[in-house]
Amino acid sequence: MAISVEGVHKRYGDKQALAGLDLEVAGGTVHAVLGPNGAGKTTAVRIMSTLLRHDGGTVRVAGHDVAADPAAVRSRIGLLGQHAALDEELAGRQNLEMFGRLHHLGARRAGLRADELLERFGLADTGRKAVKQYSGGMRRRLDLAASLITDPEVLFLDEPTTGLDPRGRAEVWSAVRSLVGGGTTVLLTTQYLEEADQLADRITLVDGGRVAAEGTADELKALVGADRIVVVLRDAARLAQAARLLPDPAVDPDTLTLSFPVQDRMAGLARTLRTLEEAGVEAADLAVRRPTLDEVFLRLTDREEVAA
Amino acid sequence: MSAVWVVSDSWTMTRRELAHWARQPVQMVVGLVFPVMMLLMFGFLVGGGRGIDGEYVEFLVPGMLALTMAFGLEATLTAVTQDLNKGVIDRFRAMPMSSSAVLVGRSAADMLQSAVGLLVLAAVGLLLGWRWHGGAAAALLAFGLLLLLRFAMLWIGIWLGMVAGRPELVQAVQILVWPVGFLSNAFATPESMPGWLGVVVEWNPLSATATAVRDLFGNPAAAPPSWAADHAALLAVAWPLLLLAVFFPLAVGRYRALSK
Repeated sequence: MAISVEGVHKRYGDKQALAGLDLEVAGGTVHAVLGPNGAGKTTAVRIMSTLLRHDGGTVRVAGHDVAADPAAVRSRIGLLGQHAALDEELAGRQNLEMFGRLHHLGARRAGLRADELLERFGLADTGRKAVKQYSGGMRRRLDLAASLITDPEVLFLDEPTTGLDPRGRAEVWSAVRSLVGGGTTVLLTTQYLEEADQLADRITLVDGGRVAAEGTADELKALVGADRIVVVLRDAARLAQAARLLPDPAVDPDTLTLSFPVQDRMAGLARTLRTLEEAGVEAADLAVRRPTLDEVFLRLTDREEVAA
Repeated sequence: MSAVWVVSDSWTMTRRELAHWARQPVQMVVGLVFPVMMLLMFGFLVGGGRGIDGEYVEFLVPGMLALTMAFGLEATLTAVTQDLNKGVIDRFRAMPMSSSAVLVGRSAADMLQSAVGLLVLAAVGLLLGWRWHGGAAAALLAFGLLLLLRFAMLWIGIWLGMVAGRPELVQAVQILVWPVGFLSNAFATPESMPGWLGVVVEWNPLSATATAVRDLFGNPAAAPPSWAADHAALLAVAWPLLLLAVFFPLAVGRYRALSK
C-alpha cells in the first residue's frame, strides 16, 4: 500500500475533525477522497503530507510512518494544496528552481529540472514572467509542476480544480492523467463528483471525519441501488396526472419531469408505458437512468435523508 | 538535517528575498526613500523652527536611524503575513528542507535590507551636514546597536505575523507603530513633554538606542540627565536582548505550532 491510514483522530479545540479515519491506497492508482465542506478531507491530506500532527491512529505514506520519520516521507511525496503554494512575485522558472534547490538537487540540476517541467506543462514560453501575471490554470499547472520536482512516489492533490474555470479544470485533469502512466500514486480530494468519477480508480466518501463509503464509482452507484425511470411530460396538468399514477415519484415542475426507482429496468419501462397509455397521458420523453455519483453523495452524506 | 543543509537552505531562502528586490526595484526604492523623506521633512519643516544647539540635523539623524530600525517591524510582518496567506510556507514545510531555513532566510534578508537602509539614510544625513565625531570604532558600534534593535523588531514581526496572519492586522500594526515611534526621543527631547509622557519616552527602547547612538556618534544628546539617559548604552543592549528573549522563543514556538 502506498498510503495506509488506520483509525486516525484529529481534534482542533473542541471540534473533532477526524474521528477514526481509515484509508488504503494501492501503489500506482488514483484515489479520490470525496466529501462536503468540513468533512475532514483537507485535515487528512495535511496529516498525510506531514504538515499536521494527528492525535491518534497510524499513518504510513510511501513506506514510512509520518509521525516517526516525517523527513523520509517528505522526500517521497508531492503536495498540491488548496491554494497555489507559489511565490507570486518570482517568475515561474525561479519558483521551480528554488524548490529544486530546497529539494537538494543542487544548482545545476535544479535549473535543468525547472526547464524540463516548464516544457512538460506548456509553460516554457512564460517561464520568465512573474507568477502573479499567470492565469488561474497556468498557476495551477506551475503549482503541480512544483509538486513533481523529484518525481514523487505519492502525490497529494487537495481540491486541485476548485476555483478554476472549465478550461483550467480540463488542463489539470489531463495533467493528472498523464501522471498515472508513470506509476505515481495520486490521492486527490474533491467536492466535484464528476472529477472523482473521471479521474479516480477508487473513491472514499468521507463525512464527519470518518469513512461513509468506499469503492469504485460503479460500486458506489450500486449502493444507492435502483435505476430510475425518468418521464418528461408536455404540461403541468399531465405532470400532475402522471404523478398520481406512478409509484413514489420525485417531481420537478420546472422541467416537467418526474422520476422514480425501479428494480428491473425493462419491466419497469414497459409497465410505465402501459400505465400512462391506459390513462391517456401523453409523455414527451421516457428514459432509464443509472444513479449519478451526486445521488450517492447526497444520500450518504446527508444524515436526515439517510434517517428518512 | 545536517548543518550543511541548514546553511544551504537558508541561503536559498535569502536569495529568494534578494530576487524579490531585483524583480521589484520600485518597491525596494520606495522602502529606502521613505525614511529619507521623513528625515528631510523633519529636518527642514520642523527643524527650521527648533534647533538644539542650532544643530537639529545632528540630533535628528541618529533618531531617524533608530526609528527606521523600529519601523522595520512592519516590513517583516507584511512579508510573513503574505507568505502564510499564500500557502507557500506549507510547500516549504512539506519539503525535505531544513525547517529553520524559512525563518533564518527571512531574518538574513531583512537584516541585509535594513543595513542598506541605514547606509542610505546615513549618506543623506552626511549631505545634510550630519557628522560623527567619535571615530570609526564608535561609529561601527553605533551601527551595531541599531542593527541589534532591528533584530529584536524582526522577531516581534515574525511572531505577530504568525499570530495574526491577516492583512487587516498588518494595517492595524502599521498605524500603531507611529505612536510608539513618536513617543521616543527620535525627533524631540523629553523635556519638552509633560512629566509622565517624558518618563514613557525615556524608557522607550527606541529612545535608549537613539541616545546611545548619539553618544557614540558624539551628536547632541536629547535627554536631561536621568538614570535612563545616563545608562543609555546599557539599555540599548538590554532592551533588544530582553525583547529577543521574549519574542524569539514565541516566534519559533508559533512556527512549530503550525503543525498542531
